[in-house]
Amino acid sequence: MNAALSIDGLEVVFDRFRALKGVSLEVKSGDSYGLVGESGSGKSTLLKAIAGLAPAASGTIAVNGKTLGTRRDKAFYREVQMVFQDPYGSLHPRQTVDRLLQEPLAIHGFADGEKRIQRALDEVGLGTGFRFRYAHQLSGGQRQRVAIARALILEPSILLLDEPTSALDASVQAEVLNLLEEIRRRRKLTFLMVSHDLAIVTHMCERLMVMQNGEAVENLTASQLIGHRVTKDYTRNLLRASEGFVRG
Amino acid sequence: MSGTLLEVDDLRVNFPTRTGLVQAVRGVSFSLGRERLGIVGESGSGKSQTGRAIMGLTPPQAEVTAKKLAFDGIDLLAAPARQRRALRGKRIAMILQDPKYSLDPVMSIGRQIVETLRTHEKVGKAEARDRALAMLEAVQIRDPARVFDLHPHEVSGGMGQRAMIAMMLIAGPEMMIADEPTSALDVTVQLDVLGILDKLVSERGMGLIFISHDLRLVSSFCDRVIVMYAGKVVEQLKASELRDAQHPYTRGLLNCMPRIGFERHPLPVLDRKPEWAA
Repeated sequence: MNAALSIDGLEVVFDRFRALKGVSLEVKSGDSYGLVGESGSGKSTLLKAIAGLAPAASGTIAVNGKTLGTRRDKAFYREVQMVFQDPYGSLHPRQTVDRLLQEPLAIHGFADGEKRIQRALDEVGLGTGFRFRYAHQLSGGQRQRVAIARALILEPSILLLDEPTSALDASVQAEVLNLLEEIRRRRKLTFLMVSHDLAIVTHMCERLMVMQNGEAVENLTASQLIGHRVTKDYTRNLLRASEGFVRG
Repeated sequence: MSGTLLEVDDLRVNFPTRTGLVQAVRGVSFSLGRERLGIVGESGSGKSQTGRAIMGLTPPQAEVTAKKLAFDGIDLLAAPARQRRALRGKRIAMILQDPKYSLDPVMSIGRQIVETLRTHEKVGKAEARDRALAMLEAVQIRDPARVFDLHPHEVSGGMGQRAMIAMMLIAGPEMMIADEPTSALDVTVQLDVLGILDKLVSERGMGLIFISHDLRLVSSFCDRVIVMYAGKVVEQLKASELRDAQHPYTRGLLNCMPRIGFERHPLPVLDRKPEWAA
């Protein structure tokens, strides 16, 4: 299978700070790929650079074989959509769900908006009863479902997920993770998912990259991580930490 | 039991709002000795309001009632504000979630620690400084003299949280309430901070109330766990017996988290029953 996303030697520099120091990565079409690391490791910056929200200083990003320029065109955003970490911050507080979902449709000139909105809401398990509510009338899990619906409404092939469940309660997290898995299976999507939680990444992704200080530490498959077949100390530390507190 | 520090019986916290009374805490009872007690629940379960009511930090519009709310024999609800102020920080301390928001942004870390100490004890400036430096060292800050003069925005999250622990421990409290003390930190830093907390709490024989949403973390750290749902305690159990939890909510909460090496697709989800909240 060909690569949905291939990144080569990507550098992102903010003023003089190098947030990404030459990261390369290839995600096959239909795969789910995880990025793990602590805060400041550059995992979110990598997602933002792909979406065009962070300036790439050098290196190339190619989506479905097409190398991207500095400006993203409309076609790019039909292919690639992003879901952000905080559903409290990523939805417009003064727009109804209906208005939120219409925006991308209007930008891309879709005529059958009515049908698409209903289908998108059904797909994320909200139903049309939520259509004319505001973000503050929804719970955290419902808001994240709206954010997912907004990303799906243009029928992209790649979803960028930036800690999609870290602001949610554990039981709601399980529901949203299940929803994401189901959507990926049904629509044959490619996921690139950022998380600080190794358990979530091994649950959702087949392959993953461990990052530290803007660099790739290690590329692993989920089964290598589960079997503790890791080569770098940093990854080993993360694994140990994820097992919880042990009284010394 | 002579070692009982805190007794809570039928604690209720109500918020009158325009749309009616919101009952955040609905009859919580427990007692705390010199031990580690975890309070676990999801958002809205009333776990933080329970901690705040004990500390006396409930917003003024809320009503706090209890059959008994006593710390070391002092009736906290009947105590005058002056007495409660003296208790706060001196004998009961509280660690909050995010050092970015809970430290004073315009005061150096050292001055904040010294301020806490000198509010509660009559000590000279030089001695206060020495004790603050010693405390910073006790929370494993490598270069205390440098950190003493830094402002909160100049330190990392883990360092800020250590500074907060230092500040809370300097007056030698007998009881500490830690409300999500490590949720804003990276996993590896989280373990360092918990290790420090663990050591200091056991060395000083303090009572600790550890409030968190993370059932597994709490059970690895505490002796006893209270599980809250919709303002009520649904289950109380020893941390070591978590596997034998009876209540479907506790079991569901344990089950629904992904775990490394346990493949389950889809993840089991909580089927919330209305009778849990009854």
